[in-house]
Amino acid sequence: MQPIISIKDVNKTYASGFTALQDINLDIKRGEIFALLGPNGAGKTTLISIICGIVNASSGNITADGHDIIRDYRQAREKIGLVPQELTTDAFESVWATVNFSRGLFGKPKDHAYVEKVLRDLSLWNKKDAKMMTLSGGMKRRVMIAKALSHEPSILFLDEPTAGVDVELRRDMWALVHGLRERGVTIILTTHYIEEAEEMADRVGVIHEGRIIVVEDKTEMMAKLGKRQLTLHLQTPLASIPETLSGFKLELADEGNQLVYTFDIQSQDTGITQLMHSLQNLGIDYKDLHSSQSSLEDIFVSLVRAKQ
Amino acid sequence: MNIYAIKAIYRFEMARTGRTLMQSIASPVLSTSLYFIVFGAAIGSRMGNIEGVSYGAFIIPGLLMLSLLSESISNASFGIYFPKFTGTIYEVLSAPVSAAEIVIGYVGAAATKSIILGLLILLTARVFVDYQIAHPFVMGIFLILTALTFSLFGFIIGVWADGFEKLQIIPMMIVTPLTFLGGSFYSISMLPPLWQKITLFNPVVYLVSGFRWSFYDVSDVNVEVSVGMTVLFMLACIGTIYWMFKTGYRLKS
Ligand SMILES: Nc1ncnc2c1ncn2[C@@H]1O[C@H](COP(=O)(O)OP(=O)(O)O)[C@@H](O)[C@H]1O
Ligand SMILES: [Mg+2]
Repeated sequence: MQPIISIKDVNKTYASGFTALQDINLDIKRGEIFALLGPNGAGKTTLISIICGIVNASSGNITADGHDIIRDYRQAREKIGLVPQELTTDAFESVWATVNFSRGLFGKPKDHAYVEKVLRDLSLWNKKDAKMMTLSGGMKRRVMIAKALSHEPSILFLDEPTAGVDVELRRDMWALVHGLRERGVTIILTTHYIEEAEEMADRVGVIHEGRIIVVEDKTEMMAKLGKRQLTLHLQTPLASIPETLSGFKLELADEGNQLVYTFDIQSQDTGITQLMHSLQNLGIDYKDLHSSQSSLEDIFVSLVRAKQ
Repeated sequence: MNIYAIKAIYRFEMARTGRTLMQSIASPVLSTSLYFIVFGAAIGSRMGNIEGVSYGAFIIPGLLMLSLLSESISNASFGIYFPKFTGTIYEVLSAPVSAAEIVIGYVGAAATKSIILGLLILLTARVFVDYQIAHPFVMGIFLILTALTFSLFGFIIGVWADGFEKLQIIPMMIVTPLTFLGGSFYSISMLPPLWQKITLFNPVVYLVSGFRWSFYDVSDVNVEVSVGMTVLFMLACIGTIYWMFKTGYRLKS
């Protein structure tokens, strides 16, 4: 099936000379939830802004639902809804006015029943006459979502949707996203939390310093990313790892004072029990232990290394 | 043509005027009335007629032009500058609208406000001075043309400005002096010959002169020249806006 969004050889160098995106090639499948995962400054917002027409690409081509975003910008943009990262609203407008404004802007005739439904779905109906400036941050974000959905888009971009969002809105938002997906809406969200990508997405693309490092199904990705380490602080330092432990993924650290075991949390058997047994049999004693998950930054670094 | 988008932008802008009625309509009407009281009724009664027109009546077209220019510029420049400043411009940039549709929405609303304001000032002037309009149709054309042209010019300033000071600087430092020196309060023929020549480089002279002709059948320059100059300036503004959208100048990075 033809991808709903196709990004080919996109580069972006800002006027400042800073290159924010390099050789981006990416296809988004129709109807999927795609997470663009990357640390701050990776280029996520830049990429979304280019697709939506807010930022000009330096080179490359993009199509949305088969329409070139520059040449056939009308057809392309009609399909797209965007919830930007920043909360930018017209302080003096009412919720009702601002959502209807968005619908008109995207070329749709008035449909009060539909707008009412969107507002109700987002628990905004009783706030419809409230001025934007009187709303809390969470409410404003709901309005931004309502604006993005006002013209019934088939592609929805959510840029850092859960940054600074309370638990309730988070839950509502996920319910909404899944509801939209069931109706066939394609959703692209950005995040810098692995957990969020894991919780939400069907596929994950990792972006780092303006390059897409890897794009994979979530489950495969999580197997790769979900590594944990167990660090044992030994009573007496070891010079080398004993032969009998060669079956375990072990490393020595801190001049032999620490033994580091790397395992996969996704697998049924982490191997921890066997390792403990073996250590006991060998008479290797430890005074402390802790487990840790590799940080996002570690993961990016290892992914980049693996690629080179 | 995305008519719904034009309507949405136009309505949004008009609603903004509705909220700031005092600032956008009442205050310019009041300040223009003060001119009529001081120069028309008080001082004007002691001054002779200019080219057969009483001084109070003579200054009406110029004063109207002064409000029209400054209000068109400030309305239109603020209209586009503000969403740029708050960031809400993202939505307009990502919408399926052409540059022309955006401009029609914003500039159309700004010009509408100026025209309403102009008509209100004309009505208010009636309270203080007696005047006739010799060519009402031409007067209407001038009113609309000027409102549109300077709203376009304001739109350019709004896109160009990257701070609130810049929004003020052009109207204050350039447009107001040019209007005062452009024959709003006197006839160009009252100036020494050299200054008469220099004044012809002031574009506002053509506006005021043409506008005054539509009222009293008297003018400093030929009325066709007046219309021609205004249209020329309008085309220059449209050209500049076209270039701004083409290159994304200060709208897109
Ligand atoms: N208008 C701009 N001019 C210059 N550099 C920019 C501009 N916008 C963003 N950048 C830079 O581009 C990089 C990517 O930014 P962004 O796309 O916002 O990242 P992300 O959304 O992944 O956090 C950052 O280093 C940022 O500083
Ligand atoms: Mg971002």
